[in-house]
Formats: sequence, C-alpha cells, structure tokens
Amino acid sequence: MKPIIKVDQLSKQYRIGRRQGSHPTLRETIAGAVRSPIKGLRERRRAETIWALKEVSFEIMPGEVVGIIGRNGAGKSTLLKVLSRITEPTTGRIELYGRIASLLEVGTGFHPELTGRENIYLNGAILGMKRTEIQSKFDEIVAFAEIDEFLDTPVKHFSSGMYMRLAFAVAAHLEPEILLIDEVLAVGDAAFQSKCLGKMGEVAKGGRTVVFVSHQMGAIAQLCKKALLLNHGGIEKQGDIQTVVSYYLNELSGTHLGFTGKDSDKDICITAAQAFDSEGRTKTHFSHDESIVLGLTYKINRWRPNSTMGFFVRDHRGRKVFTCNNPEWSRLGQNNKEVRVTAKIPVAFLVPGKYQFTFAVNQPNVGMIDWVEDVLPITIVDSGSEFSQYEGADYGCVFANCEWGS
Amino acid sequence: MFALPVNAGKRFSRRQLTLLMESVVLSESAPTAQSEPSQVDTYLPDAPLVTIKPSGSWVSLGLHDIWVYRELLYFLIWRDVKVRYKQAALGILWVILQPLLSTLILTVFLGKLARVPSDGLPYALFVYAGLLPWTFFSAAVTGSGNSLVGSSHLITKIYFPRMIIPGAAVGARVVDFGVGFLNLVGMMIYYRVGITKSILVLPFIIALTTLLALAVGMCASAVNVKYRDVGVILPVLIQLWMFASPVMYPSSIVPGRFEWIYRLNPLTGILDGFRSSLFGQEIDWAALAISTGFTIALLVYSAYSFRRMEKYFADIV
Repeated sequence: MKPIIKVDQLSKQYRIGRRQGSHPTLRETIAGAVRSPIKGLRERRRAETIWALKEVSFEIMPGEVVGIIGRNGAGKSTLLKVLSRITEPTTGRIELYGRIASLLEVGTGFHPELTGRENIYLNGAILGMKRTEIQSKFDEIVAFAEIDEFLDTPVKHFSSGMYMRLAFAVAAHLEPEILLIDEVLAVGDAAFQSKCLGKMGEVAKGGRTVVFVSHQMGAIAQLCKKALLLNHGGIEKQGDIQTVVSYYLNELSGTHLGFTGKDSDKDICITAAQAFDSEGRTKTHFSHDESIVLGLTYKINRWRPNSTMGFFVRDHRGRKVFTCNNPEWSRLGQNNKEVRVTAKIPVAFLVPGKYQFTFAVNQPNVGMIDWVEDVLPITIVDSGSEFSQYEGADYGCVFANCEWGS
Repeated sequence: MFALPVNAGKRFSRRQLTLLMESVVLSESAPTAQSEPSQVDTYLPDAPLVTIKPSGSWVSLGLHDIWVYRELLYFLIWRDVKVRYKQAALGILWVILQPLLSTLILTVFLGKLARVPSDGLPYALFVYAGLLPWTFFSAAVTGSGNSLVGSSHLITKIYFPRMIIPGAAVGARVVDFGVGFLNLVGMMIYYRVGITKSILVLPFIIALTTLLALAVGMCASAVNVKYRDVGVILPVLIQLWMFASPVMYPSSIVPGRFEWIYRLNPLTGILDGFRSSLFGQEIDWAALAISTGFTIALLVYSAYSFRRMEKYFADIV
C-alpha cells in the first residue's frame, strides 16, 4: 500500500536571538544599522541556531493511528507544526496524499463576545470546514457539546467546562483524511474527557489517518497502534506502540542503580535496594501493567531472633499506600551474613504516579534496628489502563479490580 | 470480565474503549474485544495533494489557496463587523455619528471661522465627502496593519493563507464605509446636489481605495510582525498623510507649480476623484491614473513581500 504521509529528510532550524522573547524594534534596527553597519551583519551570522528537527524521515499508511512521543523539547510539537503547514521546514519535504486538518488547540479563534452559535460557524471555518458542512453538522455539534440552552449566549458567559465542550465538539466533527492532534484531550471534566476519547477512538476506527502527540502515555497507548519516539529532533525508535512505549520507559529510566546504604555496625543494616522489571533490568519507570520487583540487601551483623522486616510505599502526595512485612524473614537469621530478598509488587496494582519506599528492620516493642526513609523513587506510567482518560486526576492509590456481579 | 489478566492491558483497554463509544455515540453492534479496527481502503491520488517544502526566494502569490479559503475570509470579516457593532453600546449609531460629529466641528471651525474654500459646495458636504473615504482608508490601514500581530493565536495554531488576515481587516471596514455612504446620500438630498453620469466612476474609485488600503495594510502588517514599534508609528504616519491629502481642504488651494508633487500622493487622485464623480465635477484623469499606477505597483510589491515574509510569521509572532 502507498503511504498517505511521506516525510523525507525533514529538518527545521530555529535561530535563537540574543534577546529571546522580546521583539526588535524598527527604531533600534535602523539606529543600529546606521551606527555600525558591519557589526549588525556579523552578529547576524553569529546568531545561535538549534535544530528542532533533524533529518526526520518516516511514512504513515492510510488508516494508521500513530502516536508521537518523546521528552519535552524532543521536537514533537515542531514536527506537528511543520506537518500542519504552520511553519515551513528548513530542508526536506513532506508529501500529503489526503486532505489534512490539524487540531493543535481546541477553540482556536473563539471570540468571547460572539454567541455559541456564531462561534461554531467561525471556528468551523477556521478549521477548514465549508459553511454547508457546518450547517449539516450543526445539530450534532450542539448535541455533543450539551449546550442547547446557551446557544445564543456569548461564550464569555460560559463556564470553562462549557467553553471547552463546545470547542471540542466543533473539532470532533472535522472530517479530513488526515487528522493531526496535539494534547487536546486534556480538556474539560473527566466525564467529558472520556467522551472525547470515545469520539477520537471512533475517528480512528473510521479509517481516518491520525497523528497524535501527547504527554499522556495512557491516551497514546489506548488510541494508537504505532508510535514514533523522537529524541533531540531525530527519530529514535518507531514501530508498534507496545515496543516503543516500553523502549521509551526503559530509556527514561536510564541506568539507575537504586539505593546504596552505608555498611554500619548496627545489628542488622539495609545496604542496598533496587527496583527491577520482570526481566531483571533496573528501572525507575514502569508501565502500570508491569510487575515491579524490589531487590533488597541486608547485612546481618548480630541476628535478632524476634525482628521483622518490611517496607511501606508512599505516593507523591505523601499518602502511605501500603505496608508489607516479609513473613519469611525469621528463616533467614544467621550472624555475619549478607541476605538478599526480593519482593514482587503485583501487576496493575499501584495506579500510575510517583512513589517512594521506606525500608525498615524492626524489633516489635523494642525499637527500630535500621531504616531508610523515602528512597528508591519510581514512576509508574499509564500505558493504556481503564483510567487513562483520567490521567493526572486522583482516582485512588490502587487498582481495585473488584469482581462485579449482577 | 473486569478482572485484569496479567500483561493484557492493551486488550482490556480496547474493550473498554468500545464500551465507552457505545454509550456515547450509540454506534451499531459492538465489535468483539479482539476485532481490529477495519483497514479502510482509501483511494489515494497519484500526486500528493500538498507538498510541504522550503520555499525558495521566488514565491507564487498563492491566489488559488486564497480562493479555497474564501469562506474563512467571509467569516473573519463577519466576525470583525459583528464584534465591533456588538461591543459599542451605541452600536451602529456610533458609525453614523462619528463622521457626522467630525463634520460638524470641521464645518464650524474650518468652514465658517477659517473660511477654507470648498470648490463652491457647502463645506459640510465637501468635508464629509472627504472624511468618508479618508476614514475608511485610515481605519482599514490601521486595522490591517495590526491584524497579524492581533491574530497571533490563529497564526501559531492553524494553517490558512495568511493574506486573509489583513484582507479581512480591510473588508470589515468596507461595511462601515457602506453605512457612512448612506449618510452621504442623505446629505446630498438635503443639499439638493444632483448626480451626473460621472457617478459611474465611483465604484472604480472605491475599489481603488480598498486596494490601496490593502496594499499599505498588508505591507505594514508583515513588517509589524518583525518590528513591533510599527504599530505605534503607523497611526502617526497616517495622521501626517491626512494633512498632505485633500480631506479638509480642496486640492485647488495648492499653487500650480507644486501641483505635480501634490498629485504624486496617490490619495490626491482618489479623494478628488471621489468628490468629482459624486458632485458631477470634472474628473482629474491624470491624478487618477497616477493613483491607479501607484496602487497596482504597491499591491504587487506588498503581496510578494508578504508571501516571502509569511513563512516565519508563526516562528516570531
């Protein structure tokens, strides 16, 4: 099959001026040119440049839903801006074999003084819809946005939720062959978000080609089947979504060695703690459906027969999520020995977020033998959970997986 | 069914999505969890619809693109007009009152007290017939000069031919001009000034004014993106331009030996022509020809330089 989007050796260079953020004035430029005509030229040549995109080539087939992921500054937004013709590439070429529409923002061009009805027409036209097209979809848009009674109210009187709903409703009814979407799912309340996600899914199923940029790994994983990982303006990895997402998580983790404690003269001391995935790689970023194995090393100088060993987990809000003691501990007792234990946190148990561990060896009713507090930070990333549309919201600490009956 | 099998997050989520969509859009029968989204065989054209590549130093005007986006031009004009008439408490009344009040003041101070000549016409009618096209021109130039900077939220978020923005700003003022013109008709009836067949030139002169405003505005708007003080300088220049044009006085007061210099101002031909065609006076074809030539040359230059500057608008606006 022939690709619908063909990107060939695409590069985009930005010039970073001396004074970023402020605009030069005509007065200064003229005055500068008059005062020292040569200096101006030299400075121009010296101006720093960065390559936001560097020799990016890829192809997207019709009907594919492709997610673009990468760290901040990896070039995701630039790629989308070049694809949607907002800015011109420096070199390279893109061929598009279909009508394209881009949604870099919802509600582009909304005017607060205009009514809901008027803004639907205006926004539709800005997104590239024909007037007849808007007319035929008008009722559907209004119904989707759930704003019937406020249709003739200026949108400045809308609540922010209503505003976003209306904005998304117009965008959701675009029917191009290629749709470029940037972070627009982060709108409105949770219920509306899930509705948007549903609509997006429907768009993707309708054979439309979708290119989707998001920081929300969950949304990407749910909607896309393929992904493209950008890093420093180049493509680092492309392929099916699971491969790329797990590659990305591994990469984010880097080579993190975990916690290493000092070898002290305490009766029992905690010397190391690491987090592994099921294949034994040390990581800091885990997918929510991945098991996390904690590897803990203890040095026993003098065995304390009644001691217990365990750990607890705190989330980024400081809440203690659970505490877990090792029932096998008493079996391990022996003087002058290094003991290594593992603890496996079940798959899809902790919800996506950031966590820290506190490890302790304790003798009940006597006192703490050794403990290390809030170490081994890990991040659990949503890679398509049932709650991915609520990403960022607080929906609890754990996935309950209740068995429902009826 | 909600029990999460180990390492099956993907399959689970797709099923979840299906459920979600069912409840939302009441789609046809729910596909099973394993069904893949059907690959639709899309017909693809042999040649790309759009090719994106760096533009060279020679650019086309992209008139076809503007034609494709003509509805957007219409909606932006409609928005400008609607918002302006909505925001002002007096609404449309203000558009009528403003030039009438100016006319009143000028008639008292310049017409009656300073006795500025008015080519044999009542001064009020004379000055209104100058203020109307002048106000249109200056408002259109100022409006379009600031239009690109004012639309940065559009430019950085979506593609469309950028020329539409200054174009729409000029277009919106045409509506004001139309309203003001009704006033003029009323005044001509009041002063019993009849029309002659030279009125046929009027549409051409109005079109010429619009194009000149577009040419100046387009150029100013593009430069304004790069040098922000243009927005401040522009009104001052326009003010000066007014004093150098036959708005409040007739061009007949300019001494004969300076007449040719005075005619080099493209607005001389336009404003004089506007009055002459309305009031049946002799039209100064030479001045009008200079205005036309100047307008066309500036329009072509503005359009091409706009197209060349357009590519970095989104990066610096």
